[in-house]
Amino acid sequence: MTEYETPALEIDGLGVRLPGEQAARPILDGVTLRVRAGETVGLVGESGSGKSVACRSVLGLLPPRARTSGEVQVAGRDVLAMNRAELAGLRAGQVAMIFQDPRASVNPLRRVGDFLTEGLRGAGTPAAAAENRAEELLDAVGIRDPRGALRRYPHQFSGGMLQRVVIAAALAGEPALLVADEPTTALDVTTQAEIIAILTRLQAARGTGMLFVTHDLELASAICDRVYVMYAGRIVETNGTDALFDRPRHPYTAGLLACTPHIEAAAAAPRPIPGRPVSLAEAPPGCAFAARCAHAQPRCSEETPELAHHGDGLAACHRADEGIKL
Amino acid sequence: MTGATEELVVQRLRKRYGDHTAVKDVSFTLPPGSSLGIVGESGSGKTTTVRMLVGLERPDGGTIRIGGRDRSAPARGRAERLARAREIQMVFQDPYLSLDPRVTVGQCVEEVLRLHFPMETTARRERVAELLDQVGLGEREAAALPGKLSGGQRQRVAIARALAAEPRVLVLDEAVAALDVSIQAQVLELLGTIRREVGIGFLFVTHDLAVVRHITDEVMVLREGQVVEAGPTAGILDAPHHPYTRLLLSSVPRRGWNPGDAAAARRSLG
Repeated sequence: MTEYETPALEIDGLGVRLPGEQAARPILDGVTLRVRAGETVGLVGESGSGKSVACRSVLGLLPPRARTSGEVQVAGRDVLAMNRAELAGLRAGQVAMIFQDPRASVNPLRRVGDFLTEGLRGAGTPAAAAENRAEELLDAVGIRDPRGALRRYPHQFSGGMLQRVVIAAALAGEPALLVADEPTTALDVTTQAEIIAILTRLQAARGTGMLFVTHDLELASAICDRVYVMYAGRIVETNGTDALFDRPRHPYTAGLLACTPHIEAAAAAPRPIPGRPVSLAEAPPGCAFAARCAHAQPRCSEETPELAHHGDGLAACHRADEGIKL
Repeated sequence: MTGATEELVVQRLRKRYGDHTAVKDVSFTLPPGSSLGIVGESGSGKTTTVRMLVGLERPDGGTIRIGGRDRSAPARGRAERLARAREIQMVFQDPYLSLDPRVTVGQCVEEVLRLHFPMETTARRERVAELLDQVGLGEREAAALPGKLSGGQRQRVAIARALAAEPRVLVLDEAVAALDVSIQAQVLELLGTIRREVGIGFLFVTHDLAVVRHITDEVMVLREGQVVEAGPTAGILDAPHHPYTRLLLSSVPRRGWNPGDAAAARRSLG
């Protein structure tokens, strides 16, 4: 892959701010990330980190009355500058989104077949061809009797089966980019494994770029090529998955790794991070993580660390060069 | 009061809803101060099982005894209901739904004390502060309504409220599932400390095998209302015998995980 190829997604210095009194700090501050074709990129963080706002911005979905800065480029075009017609085209064609709750993504009154063929019909595919295509897609996501399934309603499917339908619909338009926001969080573990297997297989086969948003570090470590870690609206660290998990440079990444319960026999007991994540009403000076950080120095609560190169990755920590013992 | 007589003994517990048997001959023993994980997916009957233990569902068969006292039949009268409530307390998954939004944290804990123990007002207030302190909450939180607290803080309140009754057994139904991972670790550590200090027995209902590894001594795997495997936690997680336990384990994401292994495990389950 050449450096010149247009990435599936390029977010550059994205800032999202609510007007006036609603929030003390920006929801997103200088978020920069990139997803190349065929790549799976993780966006990891706790509640309030801004990961969901960041991923929804890719579809041009922003909180009401929010002010934005920076750029969100999908296949080379800035989403934030698009008008309604262009946004509709983007959502129908280039980007598909998979949300946590499949029941919130489908119209309960319409048959699954209508849901699947809607986009294709809108793009001008004849009815019979669209139906055949929908059947193929349902087959690809492992739904038995795909032809029969087209005639059924969403309430006739379990959560796991309906999430397969949503994935099939997401792939119908042959998007360049898939954005998955906690797509398996509401599912049972064995169902999660099946859905992840389907999603990663189809995405690899089609060369689709995927931005995978999750709070689950273990899941991110299992499926992502690269991972971005967010805290209080900023990206605090990013690297290739192995490097990030073996040699985290930001104390928050290290803390997240240490507090996640691991299934392996030799795994240490989860070690909590003291305190709690920063809410939108708080705007601590300097590094937002300083108050919870075991490695903080006086400097940390005065100067905000910039995201800077360390080894192959980037980290926003004044002491990133010192290395952290896990 | 000796340990052995105070254990929780559940024998052949059953629950049917219409034609569907939700819980089928579930038996286990929870010695005082020990921790048992009840693991399963949705529909496995894990929540129905514990709801029968606390009296929120009526069993169709089987017995539940603590220290030999039977609690499977409906309680007769207020005194018996209170006595049963004191023995087993429960913490629910969603801390946003399990607390009364109009009652302050302090009053919420005090209410339990007033119900179960004859105490002077000052002694009761002191006990409230002590219980909240045990879960890491101070005076400021005591005066607050639940709406002002974070999810982790609310779950601490739910734990303090359950502990106020000085139960023999604490049932935790997915009690850390809705919390952020850094907060989840705090609550798990808190629960570990409470178990060591208070000597209370835990029934830890969860779908998360990684959490089970770190907080339970024994584990029981439920599938479609039946126990498929039970025993010491480390033994079962390291050398599972039942194909369903193997499927659950192969479904847990981790580095180097291949979700296809879970699909293979499912096929071998038939």
